[in-house]
Amino acid sequence: MIMNNITSADNNRRRASADRRNMDWYLDLLVRFLVFIGGISAIIFILGIFVFITSQGIGFLLDRFDIAEFFGSPLWRPTSEEHPTYGALALIVGTASITGFAMLVSVPFSLGAAIYIAEFAQGKVRETLKVLVELLAAIPSVVWGFIGLSIMNPFIIKLFNIPVGLNILNAGIILGLMAAPIMATIAEDALKAVPDTYREAAEAMGATRWQVISRVTLPSAKNGLMAAVLLGVGRGFGETMAVLMASGHSVNLPTSPFDSVRALTATIAAELGETAQGSEHYQALFTLGIFLFIVTFIINLTADIVVRGIRKGNI
Amino acid sequence: MVDHAQNRQTTGVPKIIVKDLMILYGNKTILRDVNLEIKENEIFGIIGPANSGKTSLLRALNRMDDMTAGMKVTGDIIFSGKRLQAWKNLYALRQRIGVVFPLPVGLPLSVFDNVALSPRLRGIRNQADLQVIVERCLRRAALWDEVKDRLHSLGSLLSGGQQQRLTIARALSQEPELLLLDEFSIAVDPVTTMRIEDVLKELRHELTIVLVTNLVQQARRLADRTAFFLKGECVEINETEKIFTRQAKDPRTMDYVEGRFG
Amino acid sequence: MTFEATELNIRNKKMEKLFRILFLMMTLLLILPVLIIICLLLAEGHEALSVDFFLTAPQNGMTAGGIFPALVGTLWLVAIALLVSVPLGVAAALYLSEYAPDNWLTRIINLAIVNLAGVPSIVHALFGVGAFVLFFGFGTSILAASFTLAIMTLPVVIVSTRESLQAVPLAFREACWNMGATRWQTIRHVVLPNSISGILTGIILEVSRSVGETAPIMFTGAAFFLPFLPQSVFDQTMALSLHLFVISTQVPGVPEHLPFGVALVLIGIVLLLNSISIAFRMYLRGKKKW
Repeated sequence: MIMNNITSADNNRRRASADRRNMDWYLDLLVRFLVFIGGISAIIFILGIFVFITSQGIGFLLDRFDIAEFFGSPLWRPTSEEHPTYGALALIVGTASITGFAMLVSVPFSLGAAIYIAEFAQGKVRETLKVLVELLAAIPSVVWGFIGLSIMNPFIIKLFNIPVGLNILNAGIILGLMAAPIMATIAEDALKAVPDTYREAAEAMGATRWQVISRVTLPSAKNGLMAAVLLGVGRGFGETMAVLMASGHSVNLPTSPFDSVRALTATIAAELGETAQGSEHYQALFTLGIFLFIVTFIINLTADIVVRGIRKGNI
Repeated sequence: MVDHAQNRQTTGVPKIIVKDLMILYGNKTILRDVNLEIKENEIFGIIGPANSGKTSLLRALNRMDDMTAGMKVTGDIIFSGKRLQAWKNLYALRQRIGVVFPLPVGLPLSVFDNVALSPRLRGIRNQADLQVIVERCLRRAALWDEVKDRLHSLGSLLSGGQQQRLTIARALSQEPELLLLDEFSIAVDPVTTMRIEDVLKELRHELTIVLVTNLVQQARRLADRTAFFLKGECVEINETEKIFTRQAKDPRTMDYVEGRFG
Repeated sequence: MTFEATELNIRNKKMEKLFRILFLMMTLLLILPVLIIICLLLAEGHEALSVDFFLTAPQNGMTAGGIFPALVGTLWLVAIALLVSVPLGVAAALYLSEYAPDNWLTRIINLAIVNLAGVPSIVHALFGVGAFVLFFGFGTSILAASFTLAIMTLPVVIVSTRESLQAVPLAFREACWNMGATRWQTIRHVVLPNSISGILTGIILEVSRSVGETAPIMFTGAAFFLPFLPQSVFDQTMALSLHLFVISTQVPGVPEHLPFGVALVLIGIVLLLNSISIAFRMYLRGKKKW
């Protein structure tokens, strides 16, 4: 009896609301709209970043910016009384040399670690290594900078018998240690994405583990590995605090890894606080920001295109 | 099979009319030129080898093309006198159609919540009412005795056969007017299959059933009329009895039923 | 023939062992220096750590005393940042995972997320200055700094949330849709209950990331030194990460153990949060629900 009552009441209600848009229908529409806002917020923010830094730097770009000076002159003298110059060459070279050195140190090691974790290590060892790498990636950049300043600096001074240990070598090693876990993680993902059937097929033909890795896995994962390195470069290029604290921060075209240099990011971090809002110097710093934004955008775009190549079935 | 004809109680009113139906995935045609009519309170069997488009037809009947990337449906499907394409509230439509697909899906909710989900979505909140509904549906799906003591364990961790019956119970909890069954017995043992078949025979007094099956004998046991699908085409629709007594119109149907291919 | 084959085998085996050891060494060389460095930090910094260190303000021009205002400030910054980034990030992830069709707009959103994650932190800081401090008129305040932090860490929330949502098999959603559940009902009753722990794990990671960020808060709301605690979101505040930068580079005469202590606290917080997140993840993995 009870059962039938529920059923018939239920059915009656449904007949009544046969094909009408009800609360649930509108609620779904509302949620769809709300989450859509969340979705496009990412686009809004990336555009917003570009618009706002450009709007702050546009004055300099229009009136003062000289492409030959910016890319050609190593003289970054924004505070000079009689004749300020805005040559970013030394800063660009500084950033490039630190990033380059960091990649030199960390690319082989991160790829090696990725290969070991993905292809050799098993079970508990593998889990432990993965966790350790993940924890390394979490250390904040200001702490890395502090390590460069207070641990690496005296160490380098003693080891090489030089007066100052804040230089390309120091910042490069610090940056390398920072970027390595990220590159290793992405590279490991890329290696893991190679289907096991490939490996099994090669093993069935009698290939050794190393032959499988060098002839099958690495070539198949090459796009992912390239993307890993690119993202590492992007990370190094954009790193601020660690580079500011460990590089010596002197405007300089370096001739050896023991030279102090200054990075683009570090210049903004160090000088923005001391400029008057709207001044030429202030606007010049935002122009450096625009340059950084564009370069990292290109790096990330390239990495994304390379990774997309994987998904399109190039492995 | 003699009493089969006497058993027929269809009202003759068409529940579903399918006209010139074509289903595409991307630009691959899965089903074409399907025309059929399913009568109210009928059990309509669909047989045919794999990849003949049977499952896609069921998806189209439930308007799941809306939720499936790349799936396109052309032609008309008329359900209870109204074109499916004209429905404003697809969710209300789907609530009236119960579906059981071959891969059993126990939702990662308790057994109770699995069956109570649809009533809850319809706005039934009263716990006592829900209990009545859950017990009735589980009994009908021949699952009650096995799970009555663990209604609060996860539905997704039941055995395959139990999950299949849970899926059936969930479909029944919708109080559907139309029940679409797609090879429901694939993960169920023969004894349970028989019990569910008995339930279906009872249910036909209340609703219309479309039964896609890989077991031709199941269609013979249950269906009033049977359609034979082959490679995306509806080859034949006929009285079930005729199909199984060598009176089929198309020789291919005969070959399939007698096990010469498929 | 057989003889040659075995010799080849032996050589291959040796090679394989060699490579195995080589790659193991590389992995260890990546990890060990950091462990050594952490030990050094511990050795130099442990004497700074005391209950007073956590509960007093810096004194004598930041050459003595503790980190209390910085700790409280970091808490403010991270909390407000979460209030912004979690709803936005979860919404974005829900859109991408549950609603978004496979079209050009979705591809652009994904690209924007990748790029948002790749924009240098100092550029985020410039954006924060241009947008929140100046354009929206928040001034240098907790609000401006937190918004900048939130936008910077947004991709972390989006990516981890989307991953947790996608870990729920499509078959569950289809089963619900088949019953006539709307997308939102499906999310609320089945998808979210089964991914919420994964989402929380991602949020913990975001907190950890926010605690350590320095550049984005430098010019937007974090101050070098403030002897009092912030009273509202429109005040400036000290922050732990910036404090480490300040006392290790900007203030002369700071005793060595002080910045080491701050660095230890920062690393401690971050590693603790990450360990919680990892442990949580492993616990969830062990507890299969389907």
